[in-house]
Amino acid sequence: MRVPLRWLHEYCAPELTPASLAERLAMSGTEVERIEHHGVGGAEAFVVGRVLAAERHPDADRLRVCTVDTGDGEPSQIVCGAPNVAAGQTVAVARPGAVMPDGTRLKRARLRGQESNGMILAEDEVAIGTDHDGIMVLDDSLAAGTPLAGVLPISDDVLVVEVTPNRPDCLGIYGIAREVHAATGAPLAPEPWSQDPAPEGVLDAVRIDVRCPDLCPRFTARAFEEVRIGPSPPWLKARLMAAGQRPISNVVDITNYVMMLTGQPLHAFDLDRIAGARLVVRTAHDGETMQTLDGQTRTLSSGMVLIADGDGPTSIAGIMGGERSEVHSGTTRVLMEVANWDGANIHRTSLALGLRSEASTRNEKGLQPEQAMQAQAIATRLMIDLCGARPLPGTIDIGGDGPPPATIRLRDARVSGLLGVDVPRDRCAEILTALGFGAEPAPDGLDVTVPSFRRSDVTREADLIEEVARLGALDTLPATLPAHRARVDSDRRASVGLTAVQRLRRRVTDALAARGLHEIVGWSFEGPETAQRLGLAERPATALANPMSAEQSRLRTTLLGSLLDAGRRNRARGAGAVRLFEQGAVYLPGGGARPDEPYRVGALLAGPVRPATWRDPRPPASDFFAAKGVMAATLDAVRAPWTVRRGGEPFLHPGRAATVLVGDEVAGWLGELHPGVAEAWDWSDPVAAFELDLDVVARHLSVARYADLTSFPEVREDLAVVVADTVAASDVLDVVRQAGGALLAGAEVFDVYRDELRVGAGNVSLALRLRFRAGDRTLTDDEVAARRRRIAEALAQRLQGRVRDS
Amino acid sequence: MSEMTERIAALERAAREAIDAAATTLELEDARVSHLGRRAPLPNLLRGVAELDPAQRAQVGRAANEARRALEEAIERRGGDLAQAELRARLIAEGVDVTLDADPLPAVGRLHLITQTRREIEDVFVALGYDVVEGPEVETVHYNFDALNHAPTHPSRLPTDTFYIDTGSGSPDIFAPDTPLLRVHTSPMQVRAMEAQPPPIYVIVPGRVFRPDSDATHTPQFHQIEGLAIDTDITLADLKGTLLTFARAIFGEQREVRLRPHFFPFTEPSVEVDVSCFHCTGGVTPDGQRCPLCKGTAWIEILGSGMVDPNVLLAVSDHGYDPERVQGFAFGMGIERIAMLKHGVPDLRLLYDNDIRLLEQF
Ligand SMILES: [Zn+2]
Repeated sequence: MRVPLRWLHEYCAPELTPASLAERLAMSGTEVERIEHHGVGGAEAFVVGRVLAAERHPDADRLRVCTVDTGDGEPSQIVCGAPNVAAGQTVAVARPGAVMPDGTRLKRARLRGQESNGMILAEDEVAIGTDHDGIMVLDDSLAAGTPLAGVLPISDDVLVVEVTPNRPDCLGIYGIAREVHAATGAPLAPEPWSQDPAPEGVLDAVRIDVRCPDLCPRFTARAFEEVRIGPSPPWLKARLMAAGQRPISNVVDITNYVMMLTGQPLHAFDLDRIAGARLVVRTAHDGETMQTLDGQTRTLSSGMVLIADGDGPTSIAGIMGGERSEVHSGTTRVLMEVANWDGANIHRTSLALGLRSEASTRNEKGLQPEQAMQAQAIATRLMIDLCGARPLPGTIDIGGDGPPPATIRLRDARVSGLLGVDVPRDRCAEILTALGFGAEPAPDGLDVTVPSFRRSDVTREADLIEEVARLGALDTLPATLPAHRARVDSDRRASVGLTAVQRLRRRVTDALAARGLHEIVGWSFEGPETAQRLGLAERPATALANPMSAEQSRLRTTLLGSLLDAGRRNRARGAGAVRLFEQGAVYLPGGGARPDEPYRVGALLAGPVRPATWRDPRPPASDFFAAKGVMAATLDAVRAPWTVRRGGEPFLHPGRAATVLVGDEVAGWLGELHPGVAEAWDWSDPVAAFELDLDVVARHLSVARYADLTSFPEVREDLAVVVADTVAASDVLDVVRQAGGALLAGAEVFDVYRDELRVGAGNVSLALRLRFRAGDRTLTDDEVAARRRRIAEALAQRLQGRVRDS
Repeated sequence: MSEMTERIAALERAAREAIDAAATTLELEDARVSHLGRRAPLPNLLRGVAELDPAQRAQVGRAANEARRALEEAIERRGGDLAQAELRARLIAEGVDVTLDADPLPAVGRLHLITQTRREIEDVFVALGYDVVEGPEVETVHYNFDALNHAPTHPSRLPTDTFYIDTGSGSPDIFAPDTPLLRVHTSPMQVRAMEAQPPPIYVIVPGRVFRPDSDATHTPQFHQIEGLAIDTDITLADLKGTLLTFARAIFGEQREVRLRPHFFPFTEPSVEVDVSCFHCTGGVTPDGQRCPLCKGTAWIEILGSGMVDPNVLLAVSDHGYDPERVQGFAFGMGIERIAMLKHGVPDLRLLYDNDIRLLEQF
C-alpha cells in the first residue's frame, strides 16, 4: 500500500525524516518496503509565473512565444505549445535546471529558432493529474515568483508499506496514521468520518433486498441528485496520483479516495440506470453471466454473490461493478453503495474468476461493518463539496453495526510470563489507548476493550500482549536461554540430538566425499521425459497440479535423473572425470494420497577413475567395478552387511546390472548405464552408478561384537574350479563357505579365466584363495585336506563345478 | 725350507695382483675362486703340509695360513670397496627427475554447501539440547495451513504460492484438509512433532520445502530449519537468547540480534529477527562504501519467529498442549539464505546448478 506523506500528515505528522519514520514503523511492526519520491525533484526551480505576452511563433502555427514574469526581475521567453495559453494568465513554470518527475533535467532550448527558457506546465507534467490538453491556469491572486510547491502538491515522498494480512485496518491512510501515532507519540487528528453531513430521513429512491445476509453482513446506500460530473480538484487528483490511482472523474475519484483513506471500498451507481430502482443482493445461479467494468463477460457460479437490478446482474459483490450501471459523463443522480462482505467468500470468488481489484483485495481481508458508514460519511461530504450534489434524506442500512466490542483481561503476570520482561501496567494502558483500545484497571491487570477495526485480529490475551510487545518491550528485551529442565520419564524418550538414521546419513555422505565424490543437490522435480529416457515411463509417479514448467511437473522416483543432469552440465563445461553423489527423498506413489518418501543416496561415476599422470597416462575408465568399489567403501564404512545379485533396473546395461541387498532386503541397485540411456544424456563412454535406500541400510546395522584375536596360524590353499559362466561368483563363494564351515576363515576370487580349449566353451574357471584357521589350535594337513575335499564335492554336486588339479 | 716359503710368497703375490686387478665384484669372486678355491695351489699346498717333515711342517703351515688370511682380508677389503662403488653407480643410474609431478592421492570430494550449512546449524541446536526431527515433504492442507492457524484467505494457500499434487480429480480443493501439496515450510512438522510427543518438547526440523518462485533469491525448492521449544515457562526473551546463541555460533562472536514485530499466522507475538551485519560497521564497509550486504542498514534479516500461537497449541491439546499451562517459541530460517550470507554467494540458483568448480569451493 502506498502512503503519500502529505496525505498522512493531515492526520498525524511526526517530526521525523521519511527514513526515520520508516525505521520507527518497521521496528513497531509496519514494514516499509521502500520510500519513493513522487513528483518533481528539487522544488526550487518551480515557480508561479505571469504571462505578459503570448505571440504566434513566426515559424510554427501551434507554438506561442510567451514572455513570462517569474518574479526574478527580467521576464523570460518561453515557447509553449498549449492551445489555451494567453497573455494575463497566472501559470506554473519550470525554470531551466528543474528535475521533472521522470528524472529528466530541463534545459534551455531553441524551438524552431526561438529561445525557450523553461516550460509552462500542464498537470501531468508535474504528476498531479493526467490532463495534457492544456496548461494549468492558476489563481490570479498568486504573485509571480511564488514557489510552486506552496501552491500545488508537486513533490511528495511515498512510503510503500507492506500490510500484513491480519491488519486490514491498515489498508487505509487513517489506519496507518493511527499506527504512526502509537509508534511516535505525534498527535492523531480526529477520525475523518466523525462529522456526517447527511440529512436525516427515509430514503425511498431505491429499494434494496439482501437475500444472503450471511455473506453480506451490512449493506448501506445513499442517493445524490444534481450531481455535476467533472474533473476532481488538483489536491484530490494529486493525492490519488501519489497513491498510485489514476484520476477519472469526480464521483469515481471520490470512491477511490475514500477507499484509500478508510480501507473500505465503495461503489457508485448511476441511479437512473438501476432498472426498476431496485437492487437485490443474492447468490448467483450457475452459469449466470454479466459484463464487468473492464469490458469482460464473466460467468458466475453458485456461491458467488452478486448485486442485481430489474434487468439482472449489475455488479459482482465486493469485487467489480458492471458496465451497465456505471457512472458516466451525463450522470446526474448517483447511488453510493458501501457494503460489508464475507471475506472468505470474496476471496474464493476472486480466485475462481481470476479477477482481482483494489476492492477485492480489501474486501477479502475481512473488513468490519462499522467501516461502511464511516466511508458513507466522508463520501457524502465530498459529493457535496466537489460535485455540488444534493444528498437525499436518509440512508438505507441493512445489517447495521457489528457485534458489541469484546473486553479482554490482560493480566500483568501473563505479560511478563510470556515476554520475559516486565512492562508496567501504565505503559500497557498507554500503548493500547494510543492504538484505539479502551483500557480500564482490573485487579490483576487491565480490562481491554477492542475497537471495531481490530475485532477479528485481537480476540485473545496473547493478541494484546503482541500489541504491548511491539510497541513497549522488544527494544528492551533481555536475551536468556530456556531453563530446559528436560524430563526423562515414561512418556518421553531421552533427548537424542541426531537419530541413528540421521547419523548414518552423515557417515555415508562423509564416506562418499572422502572417496573423492562431490555432493550435488538436485531438484525434487523432473519432467516426464526423464522417466521416458530411463525406461521408467510405466512406473507410477506423483504429478503436480500446478507445475511451473513441464520440466518440473513430476516428483522424481530416482536420484539418477538429477545426477545425470548435473553430470551432463559439468561435462559440457569441460569436466573430464565426473564423480558425483546426491542424497535426498524420492517419491513413490503408494496406497494413500501422499507418496512414500524413502531417503536415498546415489552416486554417478564417469571418465577416468583417477587423473591421468605422466606415470599413468591412461588410467582405466570408471566402470561397473569402479562404482562397486565406491559403494563397497561406503557400505563398509558403516559396517552394513551387503551383497549383490545379478540383474537390476531397466536403465542399466543388462549384463552389468546388480541388485544390492543389505541383510536380506533389497536396498538399491548398482551398474553401468545402458548405452542407450547414457546416450540420451550425451555420454558416449561408460557411466556407472548406484543408488541405495538408507532407511533400508539403517534397519540392518548392528552393534559390533568383539571377536577373539587368534594367534594360531592360517593355512592358505588355492583352488581352481570350472563352472558354467551363468553361475555367479557369489554363488560359488556361498557354496564354498557353507562347505568350508567354521574352519574356513575366508575365501576370495583372485583370478577369472576363460579358454575354450582348457576349460570348455561356455565355462569359466575361477581361482579361489581359501584361508583355513581354528581359534584354539594349529590345523593339521589332514584336517585342511578333508575340508578342501568337502568343498570340491559341494561344488561338484551343487554347481556341477569341476575342480582343476593344481 | 726356503723353497716352500718362496713358493708361498709367489702364490700370495700372484693372488694379490689378481685381487687388485679385479674391477667388479664378479671378477673379484673369480680371483677368489682361482687363488683360494678348493682347487687353487695355496689350499692344495696347505693340504700337502702333513707330508712334510715335522721340522718344516710348522714353519710352512704358518706361512701358508698367514698368506691365506692376508689374502682373505684383501678380498674382503677389495670386495667392500667394489660393492660400495657398484651401489653408488646403481643409485646414480636409478636417479629420477625430482621436478616431475607427484603421484596424486585420490582427491577429496565435498559436501554440498547446503549440507554443510544444515549440519552446522543442526549441531548448534543439538548442543542446546534439541532433537532433530524430519517430516514428509508431501503434506496436506491440514498440516501445512489449517493446523498452523492459517486463515482460509491467507494468500500463501493460493496455487500461485503453493504446489498442489495432481490427484486426478480436477483442480485441487485448496480448502479441503486432506488435499495433498508440497509443503511450503517445515512448520507442519511442528504439529506432527507435538502429536507424537507431549511437552516439554525441544526440536528442530530441517528439510526441503517448495514454492512456485524463481529468481536470484528464490528457487522453487529450497531448505529450511524450523525450531520449536514448548515448556511451562519459555518466554520471548528466551527466543531472543536462543537466536543470539545461534547467530554468534554461525556468524561470529561479535554478533547481536534484534527482534522486529511482524505477522505470522502460527505465532503471537511474531517477530522477524535481524543479525548485526558482519561485513561492515554501522552500514559502512572498511573502505568507506555503503555496505552491499546489509544495504547500509547494519542489520540483516535472517529468520522469522515468535511465541507459538495458542490456536496452534489448541489444535494439539489432546496431546497435552494446553495453552494455559505450556508456552513456547518457534522459528524458521532458510538454509540457503544463511549459506549465501555467510559465504557471499550472490545467486541462489548457483547452489542448484551443481557446477563442480563451485562445489569445490566450499
Ligand atoms: Zn553491512
